[in-house]
Amino acid sequence: MKRQHIDTGVKFSFSVIALFSITALSLIMVFLFKEGLPIFEQISIKEFILGKYWYPTDDPADFGILPLILGSLAVTLLSGVMAIPLGVMTAIYLAEIAPNRVTECIKPIVELMASMPSVVIGFFGMVVVAPFIQKTFNIPVGLNLFNAALMLAFMAVPTICTISEDAIFSVPGALKEASFALGATHFETIFKVIIPASLSGICTAVILGLSRAVGETMVVLMAAGGAAMIPGSIFDPVRPLPASIAAEMAEAPFGGEHYHALFAIGIVLFIFTFLFNLMADFISHRFRQVGEASL
Amino acid sequence: MEKRFHVLLMFSISLIVASSQLFAGELVIKGSTTVLPIAQKAAEAYMAEHTDVKISLSGGGSGNGIKAIIDGTADIGNASRFIKQKEVTLAGTRGVYPVPFRVALDAIVPVVNAENSVKNLTMAQLKDIYLGNIKDWKEVGGTPGTIVVISRDSSSGTFGVWKDLVMKKKRVIPNALTVPSNGGVVQAVANTPGAIGYIGLGYITKKIKAVDVDGVVGSEENTLNGSFPISRGLFMFTKGWPKGETMGFISFILSRKGQKLVKEAGSIPLF
Repeated sequence: MKRQHIDTGVKFSFSVIALFSITALSLIMVFLFKEGLPIFEQISIKEFILGKYWYPTDDPADFGILPLILGSLAVTLLSGVMAIPLGVMTAIYLAEIAPNRVTECIKPIVELMASMPSVVIGFFGMVVVAPFIQKTFNIPVGLNLFNAALMLAFMAVPTICTISEDAIFSVPGALKEASFALGATHFETIFKVIIPASLSGICTAVILGLSRAVGETMVVLMAAGGAAMIPGSIFDPVRPLPASIAAEMAEAPFGGEHYHALFAIGIVLFIFTFLFNLMADFISHRFRQVGEASL
Repeated sequence: MEKRFHVLLMFSISLIVASSQLFAGELVIKGSTTVLPIAQKAAEAYMAEHTDVKISLSGGGSGNGIKAIIDGTADIGNASRFIKQKEVTLAGTRGVYPVPFRVALDAIVPVVNAENSVKNLTMAQLKDIYLGNIKDWKEVGGTPGTIVVISRDSSSGTFGVWKDLVMKKKRVIPNALTVPSNGGVVQAVANTPGAIGYIGLGYITKKIKAVDVDGVVGSEENTLNGSFPISRGLFMFTKGWPKGETMGFISFILSRKGQKLVKEAGSIPLF
């Protein structure tokens, strides 16, 4: 009798705790939409998404976020181009090629990189990398799309590497042994057996890494230059969505148009990261390697 | 039952009355981050003199400072600009009459990279640079090179003054870099050879070079005698003509002692 009571108690308290965190999160979401949607009483969704000019404090104001959306996408894509090969190849090296002792050394370092505060990376980009890029490429300004993407790649590599490494490591040993038994070289085994077998895990890793890059605020605020223009080259300054919110929220009058517009940017950002995570979830379920026979 | 309810009601009313008396000496100050250092210095000194007064300070920007006065959530609203027509109208509909007090002056100085040879720019040239009509330093007498325009975020008070006085309400080109703080402008200008930016007089360092405007050096003296064209007043707004502690605090800031603190806080005193 008493043990049953304890059991019910534990069950109950755990559901309350779980419910609490879910409620808190959904309330934040409700708040986001409640504060963001009123802007669409002033302008249409089309004007907001496709408008080319962001002059929120002018009279009359312009609330077009197309330059901000393109800035965010450009920075994320470019950082992906840099981070995906690096992250995945490091993962392959760690899981398959490196001797155990090297793995034990490098893996904690990569994980440590993931815990580097983003403000430190942003500061590094602003103070060290920006003058370097500006001098090396002989361009007018070092705070630009390329700089921000490079810094974001720094942040995405550890995420991509750690999750991919886990996926590669968990490929059943029998697959690898079978491949060797058929006379395949180590290289052939990696590219024809191990990577296809762990592809869903690698894709999840990539998407999670990129979704971190989309939402990252401090780095783009400090290193991207903050110009609300549609980028024409990788050396143009850009103003991604999170940077706009962070830079302007403090001074936007509470309850005004600008305030609502910033929350609406938050909604757009939320939809972006939500889609990314949905995609990661879908891929990891759809292409999951079940058993060893389906290859 | 009913009697008990009455007792409870009386008790809570007396509690509310008592608590409002207890905090009679409380001042709430909100608004511009530019005025914040001044308010902070003055508040510390004022509280040291009047131990029964408690002052709570917070930033939030000029817009929020004036809004707090209109909403009645603050006794003093700081602003690094004058009140806008929109805000006057809003205050009118709420039956509030905001009273401005100019407590200090501030000058905004254009700055360029230390290696730049340009010494003087006219107001018209500054405007054309920020409109994107002048794109190369050779057009204003410097060594050829692309001008990198650095501006502040559109909600900053410094940007607001720059926009009113230099841009004459025209828009800064979209490809201008925006930086979130005065310190950020200094950092960006110091690292970029072709850059131009603008900062408060108190933020000028040796890493960057201040440019004269219409042949006038941006200095405290030239701001006070009115010859430097890009200067602004820093304001404290009250709801109606101030009374009690609010009056006391405003008079303190405007006293000789208070103005000395203004100078210590890095702004330009009125006298």
